[in-house]
Amino acid sequence: MFQVRIHGRGGQGVVTAAEMLSLAAFSEGHHSQAFPSFGSERTGAPVVAYCRIDDKEIRIREPITEPDALLIQDPTLLHQVDLFSGLRPQGYVLINTSHSFHELGLDDLYRDHRKDRLVTLPATEIAREHVGRPMPNAALLGGFAALSGQITLEAVATGIHGKFSPKIAAGNIAAATAAYGYVRQQMEELASA
Amino acid sequence: MLSQIEGSKAVADAIALCRPEVICAYPISPQTHIVEGLSALVKSGKLAGCEYVNVESEFAAMSVAIGASAAGARAYTATASQGLLYMVEAVYNASGLGLPIVMTVANRAIGSPINIWNDHTDTMSQRDCGWIQLYAETNQEAADLHIQAFKLAEELSLPVMVCMDGFILTHAYERVDMPTQEQVDAYLPAFEPRQVLDPAAPISIGAMVGPEAFTEVRFLAHHKQMQALDEIPGIATEFQEIFGRDSGGLVRPYRTEDAETVIVALGSVLGTIKDVVDERREAGEKIGVLGITSFRPFPMLAIRGVLRHAQRVIILEKALAIGLGGIVSDNVRNALSGITLKGNTVIAGLGGRAITKVSLHKLFDEARADRLERLVFLDMDYDLVQREIERTKQKRRSGSAAENILRDVGVVAARPA
Repeated sequence: MFQVRIHGRGGQGVVTAAEMLSLAAFSEGHHSQAFPSFGSERTGAPVVAYCRIDDKEIRIREPITEPDALLIQDPTLLHQVDLFSGLRPQGYVLINTSHSFHELGLDDLYRDHRKDRLVTLPATEIAREHVGRPMPNAALLGGFAALSGQITLEAVATGIHGKFSPKIAAGNIAAATAAYGYVRQQMEELASA
Repeated sequence: MLSQIEGSKAVADAIALCRPEVICAYPISPQTHIVEGLSALVKSGKLAGCEYVNVESEFAAMSVAIGASAAGARAYTATASQGLLYMVEAVYNASGLGLPIVMTVANRAIGSPINIWNDHTDTMSQRDCGWIQLYAETNQEAADLHIQAFKLAEELSLPVMVCMDGFILTHAYERVDMPTQEQVDAYLPAFEPRQVLDPAAPISIGAMVGPEAFTEVRFLAHHKQMQALDEIPGIATEFQEIFGRDSGGLVRPYRTEDAETVIVALGSVLGTIKDVVDERREAGEKIGVLGITSFRPFPMLAIRGVLRHAQRVIILEKALAIGLGGIVSDNVRNALSGITLKGNTVIAGLGGRAITKVSLHKLFDEARADRLERLVFLDMDYDLVQREIERTKQKRRSGSAAENILRDVGVVAARPA
């Protein structure tokens, strides 16, 4: 089972991101379960959503405490919430920011963790360009597909189509595609460095 | 067709396939997405021949359902928590009148203190109201139970409550095999009411009954609900023939055949328990789990049949009978009358506290070592409770327990899970 935890703030589409990820995984024949951390759905409040992916029925109903991947939609949460709690040693981390891990004050994480599992992505800027709104969720899913290989970019597009009207989906798919390319490039640079 | 779908949407679509004629509801978390989904289906014309009535309260919702059902319409509503409490007087009337209304309850805690999260306190408060109560383990089962509920309700002329865990199921996206309209039409015939208010053939329903006959009318309500113990398995068998899925029934035993320890529970927590049971079976422990799908009527014999060979029964329940302990436990002990075994009541998941595999393993380890008390509160912070008890001893005007506890705990919003 592969477990993803998504952190952000109310209004950033955190719950929708988990739902789109589950739709993407389903479209590739996987079992998947997405659910929010219920309660604090106020605009701006910290929100967590979860997505499990497996090849057999998912029966467990508890929140994800040991994620295989963390998607962080809002870097202002970094020093407010214990975002990295339970992160698996080989886990993936994708942060929506135009800053580096050093600039974010995450030197410890960067030093101790596998470098090919850590990526920053300016998802909000990419969303502004392609969606016209600072809604980073679709771009982060594109980046997640590139970083983890758990799902394809095509599946991400299917997931986006499942949640949005065709017109809005098109912009989000463009954002996811751009983010996918951005993360791939980051990883290639890292591999050749 | 297999769909990756939100639980609430799956239920709304399943209800629509049952061709309801009147839907009346008042939105309340976590039921809201179900009735929003249905109102959209009615407005778009996808659910034809159905009137969606916006009401001003839950009391009105159940009252409209009663009127609609008495006039011969297939009627549906949904609620949760305080909403269920607010409609209680009408809930009793619906069953007393024998009207086959189907209602979803998206299970949620009851205040005070106000809490929007999941537990079973709301529906457990209505266990003796005369409605049949079915509890869903998954969203697949939630969808399927609603289709079975209309058939059962109309067969017996009794209302049925389908209980599904709020948020945990209602807000979860997972795989659901959605039935087709043809399948549902083949399974569920048009509503043929046993009693109907018809201006062409006027009758009255809802008479006042005095001491001379009240006991007899009440006995008949009990007698009728007990017939559901025979109907429910048959309705599930017929469901399987048409839909190809094993869904519903009275109880669902899992790995109980040779089990020395059997866990008893209701609803979505059964999934997590099954995972834990599998892991402990791997390690050689003889442990199983019994899910109760029909809590009312209470399947005494079926439960006795599964548990009678066990040495220990652990009843894990998401409601607390204050002043007693466990509600499900009390019922299960009744079913085990004359059988001697070890029993524990575990109150878990109150107000949305997560029930985790780690905690369940610890709990079952304690049980195995015979260190488990008769009444246990899973993952309760005993120190926190003790400090509040001390405060009440030290000071006459000690204030509200809820506020004091919150001050003691500090900010919780920053916690990840």
